[in-house]
Amino acid sequence: MALELIKGNIAVAEAAIRAGLVSYFGYPITPQTELLEHLSARMPELGRGFVQAESELGAINMVYGAACTGLRTMTSSSSPGVSLMQEGISYLAGTELPAVIVDVVRGGPGLGNIAPSQSDYTQMVHGGGHGEYHVIVLAPASVQEAVDLTGLAFDIAEKYRMVVCLLLDGFLGQMMEPVVLPEFQPVRTIPPAWGVGSPDSKERVVLTSINIDPPSQEKFNVKMMTRWQEIEANEVRFKSYYLEDAEYVVIGYGTAGRIALSAVRAAREQGHKIGLLRPITLAPFPTKAVDELAARVKGFLVVEMSNGQMLDDVNAIVAKRAPVDFYGRMGGVVPYPDEIANAISELINGDHDPNADARGKWLAYMRKLVGMGE
Amino acid sequence: MQAEIIISGFGGQGTLYAGQVLAYAAMDEGKYVTWIPSYGPEMRGGTANCTVVISDDEIGSPTALHPTAVIAMNLPSLDKYEPMVKPGGYLIVNEDMVNRASTRDDIHVLMVPASKIAQEIGNERAANMVLLGTLEGNMHLLKEGALERALEAHTAARLKKFISMNIEALHRGAEYQAD
Amino acid sequence: MVETDVKIVYKRPAGFTDRVTHYCPGCTHGVAHRLIAEVLEEMGELNNTIGVAPVGCAVFAYNYFNFDFVEAAHGRAPAMATGIKRTLPSKTLFTYQGDGDLASMGMGEIVAAAARGEQITVIFINNTNYGMTGGQMAPTTLPGQKTSSSPLGRDVETQGYPIRTAELLATLDGASFVARRSLHDARSIRMAKRALRTAFEVQKHGLGFSMVELLSICPTNWGLNTEDSRKWLAEHMLPYYPVGDFKVSTAVSEMKIGGN
Repeated sequence: MALELIKGNIAVAEAAIRAGLVSYFGYPITPQTELLEHLSARMPELGRGFVQAESELGAINMVYGAACTGLRTMTSSSSPGVSLMQEGISYLAGTELPAVIVDVVRGGPGLGNIAPSQSDYTQMVHGGGHGEYHVIVLAPASVQEAVDLTGLAFDIAEKYRMVVCLLLDGFLGQMMEPVVLPEFQPVRTIPPAWGVGSPDSKERVVLTSINIDPPSQEKFNVKMMTRWQEIEANEVRFKSYYLEDAEYVVIGYGTAGRIALSAVRAAREQGHKIGLLRPITLAPFPTKAVDELAARVKGFLVVEMSNGQMLDDVNAIVAKRAPVDFYGRMGGVVPYPDEIANAISELINGDHDPNADARGKWLAYMRKLVGMGE
Repeated sequence: MQAEIIISGFGGQGTLYAGQVLAYAAMDEGKYVTWIPSYGPEMRGGTANCTVVISDDEIGSPTALHPTAVIAMNLPSLDKYEPMVKPGGYLIVNEDMVNRASTRDDIHVLMVPASKIAQEIGNERAANMVLLGTLEGNMHLLKEGALERALEAHTAARLKKFISMNIEALHRGAEYQAD
Repeated sequence: MVETDVKIVYKRPAGFTDRVTHYCPGCTHGVAHRLIAEVLEEMGELNNTIGVAPVGCAVFAYNYFNFDFVEAAHGRAPAMATGIKRTLPSKTLFTYQGDGDLASMGMGEIVAAAARGEQITVIFINNTNYGMTGGQMAPTTLPGQKTSSSPLGRDVETQGYPIRTAELLATLDGASFVARRSLHDARSIRMAKRALRTAFEVQKHGLGFSMVELLSICPTNWGLNTEDSRKWLAEHMLPYYPVGDFKVSTAVSEMKIGGN
């Protein structure tokens, strides 16, 4: 198993090829473009489908079509492009189709910038499209994890006939780390019986997201919500660091999670009993793990490269049983471990009031930091 | 062990490449390593930089506010990163590209005439390798010869002709030792 | 028993299901559907075809055709067909789109698919209004034409001019066969069928993008009976939207179509 030093964007692209990707449709947008560029060379060379679409709308609807065959398909983009794709994501969900979407998140809102951010948490985890649906959201924190989760994304997309989003940020996309790439999986090119064009279907296949009769739409939604329960029971993934004896817990995912690890280690060196919970699946969220911790720890610190989009979910689980502090940077600014270390000190030395307005306190700190005065 | 190294200079000085050579060498030695290029606002202001973190354990942050070592290949890089070097750390400067000495007395400062040395070797663009040689020659982050082996193993075919020159540059740089 | 000499001259095409369509009386969607089903049957393609339904009056087209079908988001049918075609290149793909779907919401997708020379066939129904939502102004609504959202008649000063889609797409190098036909009388319908055959043959031969625009009537929203609707089409639409072949690539002109 040879190690290779690869950028996150390219590692994900290559991992998708090895997972048996049959067709890719995308549109260039920084900081994701290398993923598309890599596939523009590799897919045709392997005799597989590649289209640089006219827009993200075009790309996601090509994915919608390709997903109707039941064969492995994916797209990738970055935040503004993913906003455009939300239409197709809702349709994919409404048609029970498997597809993988890579979102290399950048600073926003609007055009924002091309720097790393985690501000797409809400639009992916809580649905940016219309209607009731869920997307499985995987958040790697290293290039190897991104590679491993790419393969997993295709597997569970197929298993549950769901959209799976691989949520990266510009940091992970640009960062090089040693990785072991997986073996090439055989490419399946015959649609399963439920897919259009399948030789195995007993009758003709019609795939649509229309349920014109409201009770039938409701029944479909109940079926999908039930499937989501199953996913919540089976697919939660997270990584814990030093949680056994932890009195305080930092919660952060992806790049923010690994930066927090440095701060947690520094705090432990100073003798503080602190651990890190790094969610790998943001949806389904590691609710049970956070719930159990809430019953025994003295406090939490949520760290994000956003305004606290995951914070709301953590607050709902902790339900004021312990204080939940927050430290976030926004707009493409990546925190240093030292900043998180300060936030850890504040948590430990604070007044442990579970009713305190953590976001308000953080926002006051941010106003000072960005020079907006009091 | 964990070391954070920032390599910074003008675009075209090979700062990103020097970082990659270091990262490849660390990978081949079985270390955990991250390489990340400069990003966002840092891309302006005359510096193109990368951060390499080398560790014996899973790496948390791939960036550092107070790096263990900085290679500064021009004056803006010296101005920007000199204050950030961790006390006891290393600041390695391309002496030919700056007009001042370092004011820090709590770190190891190495002023290396890297451009002149590179010219002597035959290619001014090898200054990055001279400075990388100084870094490794002082910090001994990896086993003896790791950078040379990385150059041999990971240089693209069309650039193989530069390997021996780059190795010589590493060796010339390593001759500069902190007091 | 009385011996009778029975000869079937007209039957339900094999490409249809048993469902009765929801289209309004007199609407030409049914005619267009039938022509497609007949052509695909004659080409032996019924078991190899995947259709893409639009948003618009034909949103339930998948209920009437007897082969695999998918339902696109509004305007995105060419993108969806692209996704399927690039995944299953041996399949015959067609989109069936109205003027709101194709020429308004989906103008980006149709132009890009044509420019790429995507190996799909597009059937475009032009009836100068948004049928499904109750007869609002479409990109194809004629100057001065009254609709429920241009009650005083389309004012080109504020509402712009109609789009001649076939002519527009014909300018693209990737489009190999682009034609306009009409469904307002028997002779036109026969010509329309031939154009559809050519369009599907273009795809079968791998010659690129093909599109047939079909001028259609909308008696319900036009507020006319069927007969007057046919006359209205002939009098008002044909002068603005002339029938004809707007793009026949050299390869298409040399293409030999197999016997029926």
